[in-house]
Amino acid sequence: MVRSLEKGCDVKLIIAAIKPFKLEEVREALTTIGVRGMMVTEIKGFGAQSGHTEIYRGAEYAVNFVPKMRLEIVVSDALADQVVDTIARTARTDKIGDGKIFVLDVSHAVRVRTGEINDDAL
Amino acid sequence: MKTNLKLSGLSALGASMFAGLPVWAQTATTETTEAATTAATDVAALVPYVYEKVVDKGDVAWMSISTVLVLMMIVPGLALFYGGLVRTKNMLSVLTQVFAIVAVVCLIWVTYGYSLAFSYGGSMDQYVGGLSKMFLAGVDATTLVPTFTNGVWLPELTFIAFQMTFACITPALIVGAFAERIKFSSLMVFVVLWVTFIYFPMAHMVWWWGGPDFLAEQQTLKLIAEAAGDTAAAEAAAANLAANGLIWNMGALDFAGGTVVHINAGVAGLVGCLVLGRRVGYGKDQMAPHSLTMTMIGAALLWVGWFGFNAGSNFESNSITSLAILNTFVATAAAGVAWMFAEWLLKGKPSLLGLVSGVVTGLVAVTPAAGFAGPMGSIVLGLIAGVACFLFVAYAKNALKMDDSLDVFGIHGLAGIIGALGTGILVNPALGGAGIPDYTSVPGTLQVGAYDFAFMFTAQAKAVMFTILFSGIGSFILYKLVDVVMGLRVKEDVEREGLDVAEHGERAYNM
Repeated sequence: MVRSLEKGCDVKLIIAAIKPFKLEEVREALTTIGVRGMMVTEIKGFGAQSGHTEIYRGAEYAVNFVPKMRLEIVVSDALADQVVDTIARTARTDKIGDGKIFVLDVSHAVRVRTGEINDDAL
Repeated sequence: MKTNLKLSGLSALGASMFAGLPVWAQTATTETTEAATTAATDVAALVPYVYEKVVDKGDVAWMSISTVLVLMMIVPGLALFYGGLVRTKNMLSVLTQVFAIVAVVCLIWVTYGYSLAFSYGGSMDQYVGGLSKMFLAGVDATTLVPTFTNGVWLPELTFIAFQMTFACITPALIVGAFAERIKFSSLMVFVVLWVTFIYFPMAHMVWWWGGPDFLAEQQTLKLIAEAAGDTAAAEAAAANLAANGLIWNMGALDFAGGTVVHINAGVAGLVGCLVLGRRVGYGKDQMAPHSLTMTMIGAALLWVGWFGFNAGSNFESNSITSLAILNTFVATAAAGVAWMFAEWLLKGKPSLLGLVSGVVTGLVAVTPAAGFAGPMGSIVLGLIAGVACFLFVAYAKNALKMDDSLDVFGIHGLAGIIGALGTGILVNPALGGAGIPDYTSVPGTLQVGAYDFAFMFTAQAKAVMFTILFSGIGSFILYKLVDVVMGLRVKEDVEREGLDVAEHGERAYNM
């Protein structure tokens, strides 16, 4: 049963888009500060970084999307700021296309195996 | 009597320009069989030509391997080459189309195809064969067919199998022109009609002849009859000498099928892509190849298999086979390099797709020339074809806004035309070529005929023009017929979803 609390639980969802080659470095830095799990997806996106043109036998395609890695990390409020800083610091290359980080509130979290909720689920 | 033929610098042997220049021909060092006696120029000593039909195990072994190599060219070679170039959602449809065509045409060939291509056609014999060998009637393990050397024969079964692979690959080439938008059922019906009305007649017109021993025999009979004043017999022999396919009688040279296979399929593809129209989203949507890895594998298998296609077209295992093998290496390499550098220069980067496209271009261009041109001439041919096809595919095709999805005309059609015309030039012994074959001036032997550029080039041009018109008009009629009866193209939402799921109920990849 999902119990609705007045202001949600003390858990944050951090979504980050980073350059793919930075994934290993970021993962290692995050596990060092105590993050015990994350979800990673391969995505395409664009921001300030522009795409490029590919040519296949005379057919030219403007490729407007650039491959990125999307990380989703769910941590308790206490750890959230540290996670954001760590990602930003580790993923930075000082070049266009380094990525973005967003922080969202989570209303509910459950551990599938045990049924623990919120902070205990992390 | 041994005839030694040098591959270069051969002066004309004074052989007459004669009717019935063979399309299929080669030069070779030949030994006449022991039983053959040949009539030379001394009219008083003319005796009828007799010969033994000798079958060599080496030849049969080589032809058997060549047959299998050509099958490999189609599956998986062509299937992967084309498959990698389409989008993921259509990969399976390309694989299925190519594979199904092989299976279907295989059965048609042994039913009536071989007969229409390679049997006597009665009053229509210039254009197409008859049905006397339907279901391979009369063919068994003892029947033989001639090669290009007097006295050397092949089991007919060997020949049937080898030619079958050619009949299978030609329609399979066409599918590239309208990939990603043709209905599978309509394609199958079209292919059956196309091989019946276009391919088998073309094969007959280009490749139907009596063989060196038959020509020698008839030529000798003609000379004897003329010497004896027997005009009726002389005319009969002359008629037999001319009883070949239409394009053969033009004097055109086509070693392995530049006209029958490549120009034929190329033009049929061109007409097909125009009749079916452009793909939905052409010019706007992303249609990049989904796997150039597969395309490269396909191209490599095509190259390896093509040695069976070109060198196997010699029907024997001898030095001309090796000439064809060598030409199939160097012309191909030259065209690949030419395309790669042309693209590097004009588009900025050397692409893998360009390199393998150049390679296939070279293979096509050298197909009619494989046993006629010298290696250096083949390199020149490859360089020219590589650059020409690159320019067509990279610029002309877009300017014409024609959606020949996988460049069937741009590569097979155009390189086939260049190769066919080039063969007329490169066969010249002065350019290192093997020279025009002559089976009748010294019957029982293979001589090198005098090379005349005007005649040779005109013959090639006539063959090319005929093929373009026959294939173009014939294919157009067949496309329209199928379109009216069952519709050629899939519906737009099917095209958007992808043919794999909609037409075949499967995905190429379930990852």
